[in-house]
Amino acid sequence: MVKDQEFLEKKASYCLGLAKKLGATESSVIVNNSVSETVNFRNKKLDESNRSDDLGISITTYIGKKKSSISSSNLLDDNLNILIEKCVETTKNTPEDEFNSLPDKDLLAKEVKDLNLYDDTHIENDQKIDYLKKLESAASNDKKIVNTESSFTQNKSNFILANSGGFCAGYKTSSFTASSVTVAKDEKSMERDYEYSSKCFLKDLDDAGELGKQAADQTIRKLSPKKIGSEKIAIIFDKRIAKGILSTFASAISSSAISRGTSFLKDKVNQKIFSDTINVLDKPDILKGLGSRNFDSEGVKTDTLKLVDHGILKHYLIDTYNGKKLNLKSNGRCGGTSNLYFENGNISFKDLLNSKSKSLYITETIGHGSNIVTGDYSVGATGFLVENGEFKYPINEITIAGNFKDMFKNITLANDLEFKYSTNSPTMMIEGMVVAGK
Amino acid sequence: MSSMSNFFEKSDLSRSEAENIISDTLEKCDDGELYLENSKSESILLDDNKIKNSSYNSDLGFGFRAISDEVVAYSHSNEISKNSLKQSSENLKSTLKSVKGTYNHEIPKSNKKYYENINPIEQKSLNEKIKILNEVNNYLRSKDDNIKQVTANFLGEQKSVEIIRSGGETLTDVRPLIRFNVSVMLEKNGRKETGVYGVGGRQSYDSYLKDDNWKSVCDEALRIASVNLESKPAPAGEMKVVLGPGWPAILIHEAVGHGLEGDFNRKKTSAFHNLMGQKVASEGVTIVDDGTIDNRRGSLTIDDEGTPTEKTVLIENGILKNFMQDRLNARLMKTKSTGSGRRENYRHIVLPRMRNTMMLNGNQTQDEMIKAVDKGIFAVSFGGGQVDITSGKFVFNCTEAYEIVNGKIGSPIKGATLIGDGPSILKEVSMVGNDMMMDPGIGTCGKAGQGVPVGVAQPSILINKMTVGGTKL
Repeated sequence: MVKDQEFLEKKASYCLGLAKKLGATESSVIVNNSVSETVNFRNKKLDESNRSDDLGISITTYIGKKKSSISSSNLLDDNLNILIEKCVETTKNTPEDEFNSLPDKDLLAKEVKDLNLYDDTHIENDQKIDYLKKLESAASNDKKIVNTESSFTQNKSNFILANSGGFCAGYKTSSFTASSVTVAKDEKSMERDYEYSSKCFLKDLDDAGELGKQAADQTIRKLSPKKIGSEKIAIIFDKRIAKGILSTFASAISSSAISRGTSFLKDKVNQKIFSDTINVLDKPDILKGLGSRNFDSEGVKTDTLKLVDHGILKHYLIDTYNGKKLNLKSNGRCGGTSNLYFENGNISFKDLLNSKSKSLYITETIGHGSNIVTGDYSVGATGFLVENGEFKYPINEITIAGNFKDMFKNITLANDLEFKYSTNSPTMMIEGMVVAGK
Repeated sequence: MSSMSNFFEKSDLSRSEAENIISDTLEKCDDGELYLENSKSESILLDDNKIKNSSYNSDLGFGFRAISDEVVAYSHSNEISKNSLKQSSENLKSTLKSVKGTYNHEIPKSNKKYYENINPIEQKSLNEKIKILNEVNNYLRSKDDNIKQVTANFLGEQKSVEIIRSGGETLTDVRPLIRFNVSVMLEKNGRKETGVYGVGGRQSYDSYLKDDNWKSVCDEALRIASVNLESKPAPAGEMKVVLGPGWPAILIHEAVGHGLEGDFNRKKTSAFHNLMGQKVASEGVTIVDDGTIDNRRGSLTIDDEGTPTEKTVLIENGILKNFMQDRLNARLMKTKSTGSGRRENYRHIVLPRMRNTMMLNGNQTQDEMIKAVDKGIFAVSFGGGQVDITSGKFVFNCTEAYEIVNGKIGSPIKGATLIGDGPSILKEVSMVGNDMMMDPGIGTCGKAGQGVPVGVAQPSILINKMTVGGTKL
């Protein structure tokens, strides 16, 4: 089972003590343990079982404004002694950086709220197998489905974050994740799609049969795709793709990209970057939230931030180092966002589909085509042609392209937000993008 | 084997006890092994005029695998101890309840080695590394006033692996790996563009950086950024594409490489699964996956199951000849492992993976290709790619490209994604160049959440028709 707080705390304080003894003026340490058990099915039969037990420690030592860090999966004292000695030695030989420091004490989290992130339930492999049997039987109902691969993972994690300034806190989290990937085939084509559910609590997980059926339906509808011509057209992003656009926005407002000058959103605070109706929130205290947390990876408390208010950018995502560089206080976003989402728009999914006589509905993109320096966006895409609110036929082997600066100003959101991932968006329409096809 | 890790030195578990647990667990299984790994790695990063990060990682653990028919049971842990290995053994046994196979003891042997047993991290002092990084920063910033950002880093690693099979047979390998990267950002008239370049492989840092060789890495990164600063919007639609030699072989990796990995073909989920022996590329196109090139990033003396690597012919003169196999998929498809069984580290199961994937030389010149294009693009450098192996559709992202107008190279164009269909794209190759080049040695391939170092190579090629994902209609 996952190691308890006492074990992790003991290791953490051992490291802080040793670092101090060896000459570090400040230090911080994270100790974590994660135990996962996964069962995979393929075509209704057991395919793989996998158990992982991961221990990890990472230590950062400071000597004045000099800094260095080490990490290891070997927590034996012998090994830690060698590594911490090496770390302190390296710190001495690393040049100073005036912005290096632990977080300001008054910004550290004072309390650890119970955000309901840990479910003690243990699901045995036999129960996972029952779930997957049900899932795969629903997924392979249709003859067009020729391959199914499904998986169920239980994860339990625990961690301690401590620093030489007296901060020491951590807590357990759990997740239960089921997924199904199906392949469908007809005379002309073979296509793949998936469905997925991940929750902190086992009892909240999607029904196995529903999940399997959804994966199969989403795959079958992609069969016999066509390629369309190149044109300027409104693009509707399925929620699972729309959230990626929100993630790109988050990387573009990270204080590291801003302080290095490598973001197209540099110097845009208090300026309008989205259309009037758009609000973006990062809310860390959602009960059972997949991105919920009490403090960031430096121990700084995290409050809810309204990052975008009626289209206007209000905050960057700030950690201690880059905050000092930008002359701003950390807002507890070292390590990124928590539960990040677009607030709902005021139009239904159906009305959004209906709002144009012709549009493209995108369900999958491939390629790493987001450039946060220039804002340029160009990715391969798969989806459907929508005419007068109806899905006409599947489309593939096209690309969609634009620039985020323009795209952000042309976003319309539906009112169908749900908290399926840690970053979430309602269905999103962006007008004026270019499709390249035939 | 002086620098080989002794995994049992500080453990309450002796080697012979471990061997007994392994043999006992794998009795009646078809295959399996205990995989032990000890890796040491470092990262030293200069960014924004400062040494931003100097870090060191030491990772130790084991992965215990048992296979019966198609079913794989796997368990890994960081604690090399009697308790931990017994617990893993119990996990494996509880998954494979009623096994009745025969363990396959056969594993090919070879004395060949494709890199030296060195620890690159210790071959250069921290101060020397920091000195070079500062020189890189000064050199670039003094070269061009438009430079607004320079990032440079050293990544070094030494990974020791030991594979213990049922009956106690043991195979070992020590793998060095380094990378040196430089990225620059230019700003001119309010416009920003970046250029990235790097070198690396399985030798010491100095093999790549001696004689101020780091300057050529800087020059190349700066050149790419400068070209992009003058770029105009890329065209949108189907057109002819000339790919330069070297890195653009990411096309081969994505378009056909992944689709020829054994697991997807055993499961019949690859667009290639029913094309063995058939024509999948134009005449003159030969593609190999080679793990045996000295010191290359994708090379391996043995794979992560202990099989010596080889040069596997995938496509010969247009005809599909072989898939890449690990032991599991080879057994189920009644063929032999090609030494392609790889894993990111001990946390992961083995999958058939690429090593150095290469299209071999033809006899045409790049000039002839450019001249043959009325309207199209010339793509020189790429950032990465991705493939949907089931539909066969793949993309790759240009980081340096030019338009071709009436047989001549024209203006540079902005980075764009190119999309194509794997099983048919190689039939659209109408010219194969005589200028094959290896990539500079910085590629990482991702599959099922596992990243492994790989290489690619190709000569210039002309593709008759591909969709270019620009914004200009």
